Amino acid sequence: MQTTPPPRRGGGGGCSTAPPPPALPDGIVRVLSLSGLLIFWWALAWLKSDPMVLPGPQIVLPRLGTEAMSGALWTHLGATLWRVAQAFVAAMSLGLVLGILMGLMPRLNRWLDPWLVFFLNLPALVVIVLCFLWIGLNETAAIVAVAINKIPLVTAMMREGARALNGPLADMAQVFGMSRMARLRHILLPQLAPHLASTARSGLSLIWKIVLVVEFLGRGQGVGFKIHLHFQMFDVTMVMVYALSFIAVMLAIETLILQPLEARARRWRDA
Amino acid sequence: MSLQVAIRSKHFGAATVLRDLTFQVARGEVLAVLGPSGVGKSTLLRLIAGLDTKFDGQIRREGRLAMVFQEPVLMPWRSVLDNLRLTTAVEAAQAEAALARVGLAGKGALFPGQLSLGQQRRLSLARAYAAKPDILLLDEPFVSLDEALVADMLTLTESVLAEQRPATVFVTHARAEAARLATRQIALSVQDTAHRA
Repeated sequence: MQTTPPPRRGGGGGCSTAPPPPALPDGIVRVLSLSGLLIFWWALAWLKSDPMVLPGPQIVLPRLGTEAMSGALWTHLGATLWRVAQAFVAAMSLGLVLGILMGLMPRLNRWLDPWLVFFLNLPALVVIVLCFLWIGLNETAAIVAVAINKIPLVTAMMREGARALNGPLADMAQVFGMSRMARLRHILLPQLAPHLASTARSGLSLIWKIVLVVEFLGRGQGVGFKIHLHFQMFDVTMVMVYALSFIAVMLAIETLILQPLEARARRWRDA
Repeated sequence: MSLQVAIRSKHFGAATVLRDLTFQVARGEVLAVLGPSGVGKSTLLRLIAGLDTKFDGQIRREGRLAMVFQEPVLMPWRSVLDNLRLTTAVEAAQAEAALARVGLAGKGALFPGQLSLGQQRRLSLARAYAAKPDILLLDEPFVSLDEALVADMLTLTESVLAEQRPATVFVTHARAEAARLATRQIALSVQDTAHRA
């Protein structure tokens, strides 16, 4: 059975219920963990001892450097990142609005819930193929396909967040006559922030994977396109170069943007 | 007249919670609403506050409204000072003065979770007073507090009511609190209100 620590109360002397600080800072643990992954990869490649099937980091990383120096890597990374960004913004904003509406309006939820289940279970590949068939092999089809894949998931997660909204706080805001914008900023969004953060995190990783499939199937630029190209040439090293480079970008976004935003949103919990 | 209440009936499903209730509260008056738990006291306050509009009757409010809820109902993600300023739109200096008035001077930068329950209640009172309301609704604001704190809060509330003179509706089940703060009293009883359809 789990015990809950008592709530912290200010002004009551020197006793503190905060957990002791970890021995190693988060950044160091992150670097050590990723170094461990690198060693694991190197060991697997050494065991396989066939660079055509599984090249080690000592082969992939120099090729990554060469590709970066030539400028090709940045062109394709940029194209993929731009598609990820557009699909992310579209899916998050539409899913956020739909999820909040469905969470707050039970009648609307009754009508839209079967749609949500339908779209949640629609395979990503089917949506991508249909969008390319219906809209054409173009950028719009790519973005729409990715967004359609992600919107239902964002909607479902934000609906749960909206259902858990604090009623008394909404009452308080109404009684004191807070404006709609103030309620959104100071009452609604702070309560949805944890749901938004986890949705953004899972959304970003899912979206870039779907973008890659979209590029693999029907675009002439981007990480997915390059993976397709090198797949056809059985060039495992270059497939790994492009996959790793985008994972590195996603890790950077997570570390430099998402984590600081999340820490800012929950600083009142840590105070 | 700041507040005029004429409720013919309020139902929750088949149950009638309030029936034939008419009263007025002028500025400077404190009307205590007494009665046992479940009789509809908090429902009455919700109707007056406009939080529940599904009832048969009419309620007229004039001026600015503020309410002290049973629980402190604070924004835990905003600082103590912001909890005052965002809800009442007062300047920082006025908010600091309101905090000092309830014994929370110097705590403006803290988050509500860093305050004790008693301090959170004081902040909730400070918020209502800082709003300088024409109508003040108090929903058992001293319930589940220890005796010393209740006495402290009553004194504080008494002085602010005397100073600001809002039309006040004070819901309580404690006769002593009602006797101390109220200029008039009404008692809701089960036979008056809880008629089952």
